[in-house]
Amino acid sequence: MEKLEITPTEETPRVVLDKDSGLFEFSGKSLPEDVNSFYGPVIKWLDLYKASPNASADVTFKMSYFNTASSKMILEIFMKLEEIHQAGGNVTINWHYEEDDEDMHEAGEEYSGMVEVPFKLSAS
Amino acid sequence: MNLKKMQMETTLKASASYMEFVMDFYKRMKEYDISLVYEGEITQEITLAFTSMAERNMTLIDEDGSVKKKVYHVMVECLQNICKHADMKDSHDPSISSKTGMFIVGKNVDEYFVTSGNLVTNDKIEWMKEILNKINSLDQEGIKQLFKETLKNGSISDKGGAGLGFIDIAKKTGNKLEYHFQHIDDQHSFFLLKSKVTRKI
Repeated sequence: MEKLEITPTEETPRVVLDKDSGLFEFSGKSLPEDVNSFYGPVIKWLDLYKASPNASADVTFKMSYFNTASSKMILEIFMKLEEIHQAGGNVTINWHYEEDDEDMHEAGEEYSGMVEVPFKLSAS
Repeated sequence: MNLKKMQMETTLKASASYMEFVMDFYKRMKEYDISLVYEGEITQEITLAFTSMAERNMTLIDEDGSVKKKVYHVMVECLQNICKHADMKDSHDPSISSKTGMFIVGKNVDEYFVTSGNLVTNDKIEWMKEILNKINSLDQEGIKQLFKETLKNGSISDKGGAGLGFIDIAKKTGNKLEYHFQHIDDQHSFFLLKSKVTRKI
């Protein structure tokens, strides 16, 4: 399966989804003008991955900032990860936040209560 | 006095009163410690430029990190609200998609204030008031609940919004949303929203 790699910009995060090397990562800022066109390919990739997932997958989120429209798309990604987890993909979500970033910590806590996927919060 | 001289004096007088206006405007800006005032088209590029400018200004005065993040956050939501939702007057041309509005960032010793203004059609006022009043009636726990419910049950609109902007501003700032609708004509009103971010002293 072809990997999806998106270079970060000042308004969109770095995205790496690589089945072969087992690297799944989202990091940086997210405030694109059109969340659907940015996150559309991500959701599509996860849909394809769901058909034949790895035995397990650690998905890392290291977001420094995201706007409200992105927060909805992140939840959609988590819903997809939940489907993959339920299909036997053994997903773990690793939510990283900077130690003094209360809002990012809280966002992680909120998300962890919304999806049925092992969810680890860690301060860095 | 010849005609030419008279014309010149009129011009000078007009220019003097304009200068007075500018000086007055400048004084008023200083009074409210306004670092940004803008009226015009609001685009994604402008959103990025304004937010990075504000970040730089706050870094220069060693503003607290969490205050900086909150101001940044509020600015993005307000500017993107205008990008997505501002209505236009006298424009029935669907090819004109640019959105205009007013945007002000100022501060005093206690807080930053981010004020946005844009035209809305009068038919929207009722539900906007409803949601704003609902948010203002809730305590922080209630706002968090409302945010979670809207995040879970809402969907991305055709304008690309999640319907979370106002709720999120109240959630992040912990302050009430001050707003005002100024009647313009039968179809339009000017919507003003003032968000406050409390500074850490």
